[in-house]
Amino acid sequence: MGYSIDLEGTRFSFPSLKTLLAKASPERSGDQLAGLAADGPVERLAAQLRLADLPLSELAQDVLEVDSDDVTALILEGWDRAAFAPVSHLTVGGFRDWLLAPETDADALAALAPGLTPEMAAAVSKIMRAQDLIAVARKVRVTTRFRSTIGLPGRISTRNQPNHPTDDSRGIAISALDGLLMGAGDAVIGVNPATDTLEDYIRICEVLEAIRTQLDIPTQHCCLGHVTTAISAIEARAPVDLVFQSVAGSSKANDGFGVTLSMLDEAHEAIHGLGRAPAGANLVYFETGQGAALSADAHHGMDQQTMEARAYAVARRYDPLLVNTVVGFIGPEYLADGKQIIRAGLEDHFCGKLLGLPMGVDICYTNHSFADQEDMDLLLTALAAAGVSFVITVPGADDIMLNYQSLSFHDAQFIRETLGHPPAPEFEAWMEARGIGTPDAALPSLEAALGALRLPAA
Amino acid sequence: MKPPGRNGAPGDIAAITEARLTFGPRSRALDTGAALRFSLDHARAREAVMAGLDTERITGLLAEAGLDHRSVTSAAATRDTYVRRPDLGRTLPEEEAARLAGSRPVDVAIVLGDGLSGIAANLSAPAFVTALAARLSASGLSHGPVVIAAQARVALGDPLAMALGARTVVVALGERPGLSAADSLGVYITQAPRIGTPDSARNCLSNIREGGMDVETAADRAMALIRTMRQIGQSGVALSQHIAGAGLPER
Repeated sequence: MGYSIDLEGTRFSFPSLKTLLAKASPERSGDQLAGLAADGPVERLAAQLRLADLPLSELAQDVLEVDSDDVTALILEGWDRAAFAPVSHLTVGGFRDWLLAPETDADALAALAPGLTPEMAAAVSKIMRAQDLIAVARKVRVTTRFRSTIGLPGRISTRNQPNHPTDDSRGIAISALDGLLMGAGDAVIGVNPATDTLEDYIRICEVLEAIRTQLDIPTQHCCLGHVTTAISAIEARAPVDLVFQSVAGSSKANDGFGVTLSMLDEAHEAIHGLGRAPAGANLVYFETGQGAALSADAHHGMDQQTMEARAYAVARRYDPLLVNTVVGFIGPEYLADGKQIIRAGLEDHFCGKLLGLPMGVDICYTNHSFADQEDMDLLLTALAAAGVSFVITVPGADDIMLNYQSLSFHDAQFIRETLGHPPAPEFEAWMEARGIGTPDAALPSLEAALGALRLPAA
Repeated sequence: MKPPGRNGAPGDIAAITEARLTFGPRSRALDTGAALRFSLDHARAREAVMAGLDTERITGLLAEAGLDHRSVTSAAATRDTYVRRPDLGRTLPEEEAARLAGSRPVDVAIVLGDGLSGIAANLSAPAFVTALAARLSASGLSHGPVVIAAQARVALGDPLAMALGARTVVVALGERPGLSAADSLGVYITQAPRIGTPDSARNCLSNIREGGMDVETAADRAMALIRTMRQIGQSGVALSQHIAGAGLPER
């Protein structure tokens, strides 16, 4: 079935819903690389105008048009028609107006979340400006908890990311301590391992567990290894706080990550069975990012932002503690410059929140992107206004393992002081009790810092 | 007492990590020195990404070494297009392929490309290809002219090798710059290259630069890989598994 619109005598036609969504997407290099982007600003506007007139309910179908795709099945099975009822009569454009209306409050948005499909969230985002994405996301409340509470109004949490190129225990510990002294890590202390062996996975968990327990920090830790490694570590009764996985918006793209929904089901069950957390705690952590599906040639002709929103359908099945898009990590062939990264970060945060996820953002870029730290400052400021749940922070904004630039611990301090966003209340109390965040809190010498800390043998 | 590190860390910490830790008072912002050091490292990385090949210098060095060369450009005409369109950087325009074709097939094609760091290519690639060419000749393998490839991704080597009739291709090109090093050369070696060769079918040497792997060592390792992949007819994961199975050291 096709879609068309006439603009001053010119007819613009779109052969399918996914073509319409792609052509309506704000400009980005990934859609151009995939050959899906609008030919220019006028065709893009034509698609946006046509999309605005589309009944929202028309998006509750197999938009991807791929047989037996697990993510499509999950979306269609999980669609809650009763929750959708308040907006079932609206067009996509009408839905935008509804979202922006002052009467649409946090409770209405929370009730709506299970009634929305990822394609609905993606569609409306395409006709929303930056300020719209900020204004609506700010109204959404998604609160999750384990040892700290993430997503309370007016607060921003941080992931402390002490990566090390060889997973050296002391190297990880010293970076983690550096961040803790700046008040970073109330969302999670999370390490991307350089290796993916079970032995290293368990050792990294033990290092982070030693830091957490010996300093009595109200937070959780995570080694971001593959979910199958996490399952093995849980079986070995290692101190695993959270299971992690990168996920994407199609079966084939998830195959590229070596992950299936049944594996995630198993991991979810295993981590809840480990008994380290109070009942009702959220114990899963996901990362996503626009372009992941295209880079695996698993986008099936769908634009990268809609594919990204579909990954959130996978994430919400597991009531995660944390979800973040790693927005600028993938490179300029998907998001070319600061403008495209900023737009994508706001879209991902908005769509994730609208779908009910505790959405954070790794505000980041690589050296071959046309972006710099100043673009990250602007995205951080915009996301703070939008009420982002958490951001990622590394020493001096330089991740020495993954070789990209994220935010620094100092950048989080900037947003806390300038816009007044404290961390999670449990963590804030821990900081106050120890004088952290004051100028007096200095990194002790290596001997003092690491010597006092009893790390497991390397 | 160990010397302090690039990150300003005391020697004992610098020996463990290059992370940009904060020492001294913890103020709201990075101090001016640290902030500008970061900006300088980023500026170096950006300069390396946008730098082109210094063809005059490269051809001069190759001529000194007695090496013939040909120059090609991928389907990405400009640096800006190259960065945004990796597919074009992997594509050899037909007229470029036609210019290369027609001479006697060679055993090993040598490609010197800019990749994501023209600076790395300019600094280390001529010395590497010279060292490799000498080893190939000593082993009785023909290599033909060095192909100097502008706006080149690794996979551009596949159609180049096909045009030259080579069963093995060595692509030396600049790696994506990090903040700590913007001049790393990478070397990718592929046996039986074809259009659509997956990255898992290539073997790679990385971090070739002053302060990293030196070019002579890299040429030795490349030569060892070439010998083995030509024996077994496969490169990449299959070659690594073959080496592991034979109980040989990985390098």
